[in-house]
Amino acid sequence: MEVAAIPLEHSLLLAAVLFSLGLLGVLLRRNLIFVLISIEIMLNSAGLAFVAAGARWGGPDGQIMFILILTVAAANVSVGLALVLQMYRFVRGLDIDKLNELSG
Amino acid sequence: MELTFYIAAAIATAATFMVIVSVNAVHALLYLIVSFLAVATIFFVLGAPFAAALEVIVYAGAIVVLFVFVAMMLNVTEDVKREKRWLGLKAWIGPCLLAGLLLAAILRALLAGDFSTAGTGGVESKAVGIALYGPYVLVVELASMLLLAGFIGAYHLGRREREEERF
Repeated sequence: MEVAAIPLEHSLLLAAVLFSLGLLGVLLRRNLIFVLISIEIMLNSAGLAFVAAGARWGGPDGQIMFILILTVAAANVSVGLALVLQMYRFVRGLDIDKLNELSG
Repeated sequence: MELTFYIAAAIATAATFMVIVSVNAVHALLYLIVSFLAVATIFFVLGAPFAAALEVIVYAGAIVVLFVFVAMMLNVTEDVKREKRWLGLKAWIGPCLLAGLLLAAILRALLAGDFSTAGTGGVESKAVGIALYGPYVLVVELASMLLLAGFIGAYHLGRREREEERF
């Protein structure tokens, strides 16, 4: 199989950029769906770092960790979207600033 | 193949940026699909075709479809209007600084180390499968327990309860 000789640091740089963008989304957006999407972006970038490192050493371990991250993302998104539905049912909106009842 | 990597990396970065700045949830999800497809291309270029297929099937397929269902089920126009007003320049500065600081720290750590390219021939899906059901079989069990817990949790939270038995 033909494989490109990409330096590992370039893949890791891309993973870092994607992770920072996801973190920016979590910090910035007030919509619960966008917060969940940003968490998915961060998980995906972590998977990218694992796959890149696994490809660097030519072993399957990185891809196995990627599969585990994929499972975590799937469970995360199913529970998270169920929570989104519950939130919409109770406060009629997805703005996380509406969930400040504990602060009084 | 090298050029493919850099083009896909640029597309992934641009699409992810559009995801976090777009106001409409469905537009953001379309950009998210593009971003995941670009990352799948990168996996393929890096010699991980099994991970690339899983990225397309699970991320761009299943997860984004769940998001699209929820975004279309909940009609959130008033929140969109409010958030558009809220997302002024003043709101951007603090999180941008924090995320940029984190990015700078990671880049500094990455650029300080020295990496070399290894001329490996990629990892076939057969090797992944053998490793997955050989030394990593505990990971499979862990993933199954995690998915079961996620399934039960999603069912319990998504259930429409009657008023008197709400907790």
